[in-house]
Amino acid sequence: MLPTRSTPSSSKASAVGARDAGPNRLSRRRRQEVLHAYLFLLPCFALFALTILYPIGRAFQISLFHWSIVPGGASDFLGLKNYQHALHDPVFWRALANTGFYMLITVPAQIVLGLLAAVLLDARMPARALFRTLYYLPVVTSWVVVSLVFRYLFITQGGLVNWILHDQLHLVAYNINWLGARWTAMTALGILGTWKGVGWSMVIFLAALQGVPKVLHEAAAVDGARAWGRFRAVSLPAIRPVVAFVTVLLVIGGFNVFISVYLMTGGGPVDQTQVLLSYMYRQAFSFLDFGYGSAISFLLTLIVFVISLAQLRLFRRPAGAS
Amino acid sequence: MVVGGRGRRRGAMALRLALLTAGVVVMLLPFAYMLATSFKPNAMVLEIPLKFFPEHPTTANYVAAWTSNRFAQYFLNSVIVAIATTAAALLLSSMMAFSFARFRFPGRSLFFGLILIALMVPTMMMLIPQFLLARDLHVLDSLWGLVVFYTGGNLGFNTFLLHSFFQDIPSELDEAMIVDGASPWTRYWRLILPLSRPALATAAIFTFLASWDEFTWALTIINDPSRYTLPIAIALFQGQHSTSWGLVFAASAIAIAPVLIIFAIFQRQFVAGIASGAVKA
Repeated sequence: MLPTRSTPSSSKASAVGARDAGPNRLSRRRRQEVLHAYLFLLPCFALFALTILYPIGRAFQISLFHWSIVPGGASDFLGLKNYQHALHDPVFWRALANTGFYMLITVPAQIVLGLLAAVLLDARMPARALFRTLYYLPVVTSWVVVSLVFRYLFITQGGLVNWILHDQLHLVAYNINWLGARWTAMTALGILGTWKGVGWSMVIFLAALQGVPKVLHEAAAVDGARAWGRFRAVSLPAIRPVVAFVTVLLVIGGFNVFISVYLMTGGGPVDQTQVLLSYMYRQAFSFLDFGYGSAISFLLTLIVFVISLAQLRLFRRPAGAS
Repeated sequence: MVVGGRGRRRGAMALRLALLTAGVVVMLLPFAYMLATSFKPNAMVLEIPLKFFPEHPTTANYVAAWTSNRFAQYFLNSVIVAIATTAAALLLSSMMAFSFARFRFPGRSLFFGLILIALMVPTMMMLIPQFLLARDLHVLDSLWGLVVFYTGGNLGFNTFLLHSFFQDIPSELDEAMIVDGASPWTRYWRLILPLSRPALATAAIFTFLASWDEFTWALTIINDPSRYTLPIAIALFQGQHSTSWGLVFAASAIAIAPVLIIFAIFQRQFVAGIASGAVKA
């Protein structure tokens, strides 16, 4: 009975499940497997689709309307008017420029300082784990708490930063009104972003440095290269993809800055320190203009996607070339 | 080998330690100042000239923070939300990850691709539509609204993390169990989950801390003070008592204490999770 029923396809399958005989039993098993797969998948995917995928799809739709805030109320279709509005809105451009300025501080600073800390820690040394932990502390602390702490540090009269700069070091002639003006406030936000994130880039760089083969270092040392020379000739090229990756993630993180701005300046004074997301939040939840808010966040997403795709392309190239 | 080499090396190490220590001072200064301020009587908080450490340290701010302003309630809300989210997200995402790792089925790569793409979308883009959805589901102003959306927000990353771990578990173990007649649920519950404790621990820590610290969504959907979680309570606290920094920082210290304890205990999972996730990609 068995030999007559045996076909090429079933004999191939019988290598996997030896007890299966015949295509009927096999397809029933296969159907059951698919059923089980869906039973495991669906509870999770249903919630994922509801809370993540559906809102993603909806975001673009909302941005095309003057969205009614009354449930079930009629919303006026505007087409791309919300996007046009953004392009003619000086505060939108200021928010974009502020976001760019924030990245101009945080991205290079986190790369350079994170790399420096990683290089210093990449050696046999006492208290290495302790150092790593302490550098990482701000990363695991909530944005809310550190934003309030930094707001307190940057207070004009009696703040610790002015106390150090003015009273102790006499570097400035008067107490700087840090959070009261655009560029000083953005600088303070950039300092907070750097302080909070440098431990993160350090951990990633440290892991990458430890992956560099020791043999390469020894070879360079035999050739007489000093520490700096070895770093430039051996370590840096080896971890370049990781540096690129971290840069991209930092840029994306820069676009997503929100809580610190919301809590340190609230976007003020008079919208001077708005970044894209704080402006979006204000439009949506202070002015209840959901359509315009969605348009701003959709533009932001578009930028982030372009950067992510560019990163994917950049990553493929060195792998293919080398 | 070379004379003087040891001295050079010792000098380099001293420089290394000096630089790292300077860095640590910068990293810790804000925390130290926060703690110092939380022990100052309120009248002394912004005194001029500034004194870093309190002259007459007091725990009055901690007592006031904990007893007034329903702080214990906010703490409990945060605990409930973070634990419920972690449990739900881990159960659901580990089941989905098991499905991806152990079965072939139609639509598999589509489902997986959608999850990967959604991971690239900034969460803030979903804020407005999620708010409208929460309103339609009648979960505004409720802890349910927090748990459901926090869970949803953590599913993608957890599935991704657990899936790559499950894949590395040899499938021969599954096959041995299949021969013994074990159901898929048994394989999942008795085989895959017990073998994946490290990955589950990493996922649990990240999910717990993400929901413990989450601010924006809670700020957006919660109005009723009895439903506040710690982050919004502290932020709004500061808004109400804009000069009571001692009080605000006492509350902050209470809020970050559990995070630091978890971090201290599970450091290795933290660092491994972050480093591997990133360097692999």
